[in-house]
Amino acid sequence: MSILLHRESRILVQGMTGSEGMKHTRRMIEAGSTVVGGVNPRKAGTRASFDGTRVPVFGSVREGVDATGADVSVLFVPPRFVKDAVEEAVDARVPLVVVITEGVPVHDTVSFRARAQAAGVRLVGPNCPGLISPGRSNAGIIPADITKPGRIGLVSKSGTLTYQLMYELRDIGFSTAVGIGGDPVIGTTHIDALAAFEADPDTDLIVMIGEIGGDAEERAAAFIEKNVTKPVVGYVAGFTAPEGKTMGHAGAIVSGSSGTAQAKKEALEAAGVKVGRTPSETARLVRDRLTGR
Amino acid sequence: MDLFEYQAHELFARHGVPVPAAHLADDPAAARTAARRLGGAAVVKAQVKAGGRGKAGGVRPAATPDEAQAHAAAVLALTIKGHPVRRVLLAQPVEIEAEFYVSYLLDRAERTFLAIASAEGGMDIEEVAATRPDALARIPVDAEEGVTPQKARQIAEAAGLPAEAEPVLVALWRVFVAEDALLVEVNPLVRTAGGRVLALDGKITLDDNAAVLHPEHAAYAEQDGAPGGGLEAAARAKGLNYVKLDGRVGVIGNGAGLVMSTLDVVARCGADPANFLDIGGGASARVMADGLGVVLGDPDVRAVLVNVFGGITACDAVAEGIVQALAEVELTKPLVVRLDGNNAAAGRAVLAAAAHPLVTQADTMDEAARLAADLANAAPEPAADPPAGTTAGSRPVPAGRQGGR
Repeated sequence: MSILLHRESRILVQGMTGSEGMKHTRRMIEAGSTVVGGVNPRKAGTRASFDGTRVPVFGSVREGVDATGADVSVLFVPPRFVKDAVEEAVDARVPLVVVITEGVPVHDTVSFRARAQAAGVRLVGPNCPGLISPGRSNAGIIPADITKPGRIGLVSKSGTLTYQLMYELRDIGFSTAVGIGGDPVIGTTHIDALAAFEADPDTDLIVMIGEIGGDAEERAAAFIEKNVTKPVVGYVAGFTAPEGKTMGHAGAIVSGSSGTAQAKKEALEAAGVKVGRTPSETARLVRDRLTGR
Repeated sequence: MDLFEYQAHELFARHGVPVPAAHLADDPAAARTAARRLGGAAVVKAQVKAGGRGKAGGVRPAATPDEAQAHAAAVLALTIKGHPVRRVLLAQPVEIEAEFYVSYLLDRAERTFLAIASAEGGMDIEEVAATRPDALARIPVDAEEGVTPQKARQIAEAAGLPAEAEPVLVALWRVFVAEDALLVEVNPLVRTAGGRVLALDGKITLDDNAAVLHPEHAAYAEQDGAPGGGLEAAARAKGLNYVKLDGRVGVIGNGAGLVMSTLDVVARCGADPANFLDIGGGASARVMADGLGVVLGDPDVRAVLVNVFGGITACDAVAEGIVQALAEVELTKPLVVRLDGNNAAAGRAVLAAAAHPLVTQADTMDEAARLAADLANAAPEPAADPPAGTTAGSRPVPAGRQGGR
């Protein structure tokens, strides 16, 4: 098994016909994903070809869902159109909506996230690499060839740190890796992913990657203490970040004494989570836990 | 982007938030003229993006235009918490009867908006929050509904603000939404002896992601003589995500999380990072070359670490960018490169073929950080005063060789 994204998942790509959409749809198909359609009102009725796989383009999400039974939508649309695109997917009741787009205005995210929640639609992102259940399906831009199927679950705010850890632990492999995104407001949180991994019989250990800013890691620590019985290994980036500076991710800003990497590490350790100081140390801690050391 | 007080003042006025009359001045003579236009008396206020302005002597009441000119001269000579004062705002003095606090902000944890208001304004609100949390009303604001007159009444009543403040709360919400702000704060909001409610000082943080919706916000960035200086400005001009830090190891990587992590690993190896530079996902050779140019232009840098895990980014494009940069700036500092992921083998081959004596490749992130830290720590201190017109690290090549960029 895997969480959220499975072998049977049927993926619709909003913004598929753009250059990023085409590139990553091709990669998703190569990784074994079932991509059932794209959405672009101006190209409705046409088909896009990916090395022999021909994927129909629909005029709306509703149309695509009706025709294909899609249950995942992945968005590559430009930032200013994301709000409308998510609302369209939510109104079509697509159960899982993954927003890859970076640079979405925060007021838009606050609005469409609330709408998704009210409709019972799971939102991942925005500004995220998506999620992958290696060997089964890939919804987003995580490279599929850096790891293999296995029994580690991973949840992370950062895309490249996700890749780094997947690569370091490629011999063990992953059930699902979820990149939840680095924006100040996101759909799926660390806690949502932790709960899903806890319930997944094919996940033995959870890697949780956080970074400075906000208090999501502290909240996750409190959740782990009460609700997670599986071993959790953590990593937090940003120990050397100065106060008041945004380090790339819109969410990664330290204000005063809150949101520091040290505070997050301590909160996680207090909840029984082993926390690595570097990605390689984190990988070592995972190996130690899995071999019972 | 944080705005200056005068910029917040301007946006308040535009959206109907009552503010005292005020004029901006960037020299003492202009301050004198501004005071005269205000009727003679004025409060001279330093325009800096730093707290503690009053304590630093950056706010001075003047009774006459002469006094305003003298105060402006003194305030314009100040540097407050590292921020040189480049402009002063001259504001009409008001007779204050009561001071309040109000702000709208993003509540990240609840993923919605929040109003914070207090009848105890004028002082450090974080101190109020810490010492007398009951004095702060925290009211969630639904993004769709916003602050209606009914909501404004609820906020005012919870915080103990006078009824006259309610329309101001509605107008401030207009600022928050119309400008795509992440924070709108008024401290103090005052009631004057004449019974008016005015926003006396304000702070606005705009959402950088919303810049695409607000081309007019670009003017605010242009007016920002931000600290971090020439390097940050040069990086911004090239669209690079760069933050100057105070160590010796230049760091370039892809993805905010990986770059932050790289800074941490460098620090663990006993050297301090000189900067944060994220070349982003899918970076081209050009972006890599620009980034390396900025980092090599930092005279504090003793060694540079490039740490790339190619997801979308192709490592061969990164390597081509490094080679391109080496043709554009003369490399005088050691460069350590770690490439993994997408097209890593091709990228390593490109660097191996270039065979630059100052470029070393490392197999892992840890090894690369260790090497860069050791090289930076072993590098001699530069001469204290490099000759005018040169930088310690890199020299631009003659213009003739830059053709075709």
